[in-house]
Amino acid sequence: MTTPPAPRAWPGGTLARVPYWVYQDEATYRAELRRIFEGPVWNYVCLESDVARSGDYRTTFVGEMPVIVVRGEDGALHAFENRCAHRGALIALDDAGTAKRFQCVYHAWTYDLEGNLVGVAFEKGSHGRGGMPAGFCKAEHGPRKLRTATLCGLVFAGLSPEAPPLEQYLGEEVRRRVARVLGKPVQVLGRFVQALPNNWKLYVENVKDTYHASLLHAFFTTFRVTRLTQGGGVVVSPDGGHHASATLDRAEDSESAAYREQGLRSDQDGYRLADPSLLDAVDEFGDGVKLQILTVFPNFVLQQIYNCLAVRQILPRGPGAMELCWTYFGFADDTPAMRRRRLRQANLVGPAGYVSMEDGCVGGFVQRGVAAAADELSVVNMGGEGAESQDTRATEASVRGFWKAYRRYMGC
Amino acid sequence: MAATDLPAADLLPLVSALNADYARAIDDDRLEAWPGFFVEQCVYKITSADNHRKGLEAGLVYADSQGMLRDRVAALREANVYERQTYRHLVGLPAILGEGDGAVRAETPFLVVRIMRDGTMALFATGRYLDTLVDQAGALRFRERIVVCDSSRFDTLLAIPL
Repeated sequence: MTTPPAPRAWPGGTLARVPYWVYQDEATYRAELRRIFEGPVWNYVCLESDVARSGDYRTTFVGEMPVIVVRGEDGALHAFENRCAHRGALIALDDAGTAKRFQCVYHAWTYDLEGNLVGVAFEKGSHGRGGMPAGFCKAEHGPRKLRTATLCGLVFAGLSPEAPPLEQYLGEEVRRRVARVLGKPVQVLGRFVQALPNNWKLYVENVKDTYHASLLHAFFTTFRVTRLTQGGGVVVSPDGGHHASATLDRAEDSESAAYREQGLRSDQDGYRLADPSLLDAVDEFGDGVKLQILTVFPNFVLQQIYNCLAVRQILPRGPGAMELCWTYFGFADDTPAMRRRRLRQANLVGPAGYVSMEDGCVGGFVQRGVAAAADELSVVNMGGEGAESQDTRATEASVRGFWKAYRRYMGC
Repeated sequence: MAATDLPAADLLPLVSALNADYARAIDDDRLEAWPGFFVEQCVYKITSADNHRKGLEAGLVYADSQGMLRDRVAALREANVYERQTYRHLVGLPAILGEGDGAVRAETPFLVVRIMRDGTMALFATGRYLDTLVDQAGALRFRERIVVCDSSRFDTLLAIPL
């Protein structure tokens, strides 16, 4: 008889310590899919412009659950599990398309745009033989439906009726910072997927971690795209789960010697761009915020790095793997100069980004580093132990906010 | 006579040799030589077949000057953090698609294996180069190289150019 696995109790009451088993444990991962992704949260699924007209659909995932998001005949958005009610096969096989109805390829069971089962092939049998039992009711069979909600052109979906309305879920301060960027119709400029060799939570922590940005990313620091000595701060939603960090352009920073005094790798003198047009940015939102990174629990990132705009969707793929789905966008009314600026600045982000490439590998460094340290703890103490908003980025408040929300959903 | 005025059959070995030199420079970690395969006013972009087909403009890497290529090399050498890795390019035979206005258009398939510091070897990218070549002082150089990867999914990161 094998020994059952030891129960995984969260060590202590502080948000400032995180056990490493949380990135490794298979049972914990399965519980996250149920309690978080399929629980009372709002998962980002696509842009409204991806499903602009009646019948337009996209396939994506909520956690590991395959879902179809589609614009119905009534113009409303619908989302349902991409799983045939008959034998469980995928209903839609393409990433996106336009449909009048969906038909499973396996036995041709048919669904309308709301995910209702409307047709069963040979339901009455053939020549009076076979077919479904007389009592079979199509309305009682169908893939699970998800609720949908939109905000500023973003589409979110959730399985649980217990999630609060989306705007309440986000809180006013985070909602306002979504609206700050997404004030007009977007135009998608490109989509890429980055397969990361780490637990999904390591990526969420990385995005929320305002402390690392100018230390890991030497490119940023050298060209003063962001330094912790620049102005800015971090807003954490009351429940801890969502955040928005901002970097302001402040002149007094250029004199700062803090990085040099501490001998940090990310301070390198004499490194200058041969073509500085890469960093030729304009203040398109008119508020002096050069960078804004915003997360919505559990799977969404909205990024403004200068004029490079993108949304990132986090898809868990087992305890030690995830996919990051990048959608680069601009606005439909961009001038040619602005479009060119966005294309150039896209060099900063994505799998080959001067900045983002490092976020792509650092989660794997942790995943491998903690391989034998399941019961050891990480130290998340910068800026104290709380998860409240702070007017500095030399803090890990929003990382602690993530754990505050995570532990509430997980009941640990 | 400029190389770009040659008949297609005579261009084939020239384009092949350029591709071979290009791949060797990257695989031998002579990245500083890489921008020199392009003219000063150039476009180098890495994208995916899906984005390319749909006309989505953004690239994983997007450079519209040779200076931006030099900056990419400088960032990889001086700033960026990534684990030691090398590529092995296998570059196929170019198809010469057309000539005119002093330029040659060619399409060449490629396959890149990535070798990590721990010895892991994996197929990292396949795709095709969509090239516009011009004659610069008697040698063919890229005015445009669009790297169209067959897949839109990239493992961990793309640091070294394709």
